[in-house]
Amino acid sequence: MKIGVVTFPGTLDDDDAARAIRLAGADPVSLWHASDDLRAVDAVVLPGGFSYGDYLRCGAIAALAPVMNSVVSAANAGLPVLGICNGFQVLCESHLLPGALIRNSQQRFVCRDQDLVVVNNSTAWTRDFGENETITIPLKNGEGNFQATADAVAELEGEGRVVFRYAGLNPNGSMNDIAGITNARGNVVGLMPHPEHAVEAGFGVRSADGPRAGTDGLRFFTSVLTSTLAA
Amino acid sequence: MGRIIVEVMPKPEILDPQGKAVRGALPRQGIDVFTDVRQGKRFELTVEGPVTQEALADAAKAAESVLSNPIIEDVVAIYDAEAIR
Repeated sequence: MKIGVVTFPGTLDDDDAARAIRLAGADPVSLWHASDDLRAVDAVVLPGGFSYGDYLRCGAIAALAPVMNSVVSAANAGLPVLGICNGFQVLCESHLLPGALIRNSQQRFVCRDQDLVVVNNSTAWTRDFGENETITIPLKNGEGNFQATADAVAELEGEGRVVFRYAGLNPNGSMNDIAGITNARGNVVGLMPHPEHAVEAGFGVRSADGPRAGTDGLRFFTSVLTSTLAA
Repeated sequence: MGRIIVEVMPKPEILDPQGKAVRGALPRQGIDVFTDVRQGKRFELTVEGPVTQEALADAAKAAESVLSNPIIEDVVAIYDAEAIR
């Protein structure tokens, strides 16, 4: 199974995403922002970073890149797409997901091991989690404050499309403690925290097994393997 | 060369942390009359020759589709920089 990882100018976590995909047992494939060729991948990850230096609005210029034309049409046809942090912002600016991410309410960059509740474990990227399971992965951003119209939030909540909620505390002022959401079909998922940074024991997050032992992030990538094989 | 100005502001109901930070800094300079500060964006779009109705229409299109995000921002003004407002 091949999973594409898109690199925009200013993307930072593409190597970490590729490593996570490899550890999950799939083959990472590099995708370039200026090309509309998805290289026959079975899924796509839009990794974190600061594409185009966050100019204009986070993710806004990346959303207009040639590769995104292909990602949007493939996602609308059912291709699994995961947007992490800046990748989530790109998905919102591409209108694959509703809402927008604005500056954290306390005006500070936040970097911490963050607890999340997996509210929806039926998406392409969350099948290997239990329903309402609490997981821990890193969070690191300055503009992770999820905002949407009241109607859009009601629709997300009503259709079970909130995928992750912040647990313990809300680190950035996001409406309804929303950390991640999905589209109606469940193949496109975006979240602010970083699963790709918690995939290998010794280099993960704090856990009961040790200070860097937590690898909850790995199951995002094994989930999509299960989803694609089942499809 | 003509210039079209596009002004974009965060929606009134959306928290504006940048404006809030500026509001907090002003009293430290002895300027304490302002009860609120909101921070927005101003774009200057240059065309060859004078500003035409077509260019203004394209500016409106750009303002709605790229220069602003309607979920969090309002386009508050689009005008010819040379015209008397």
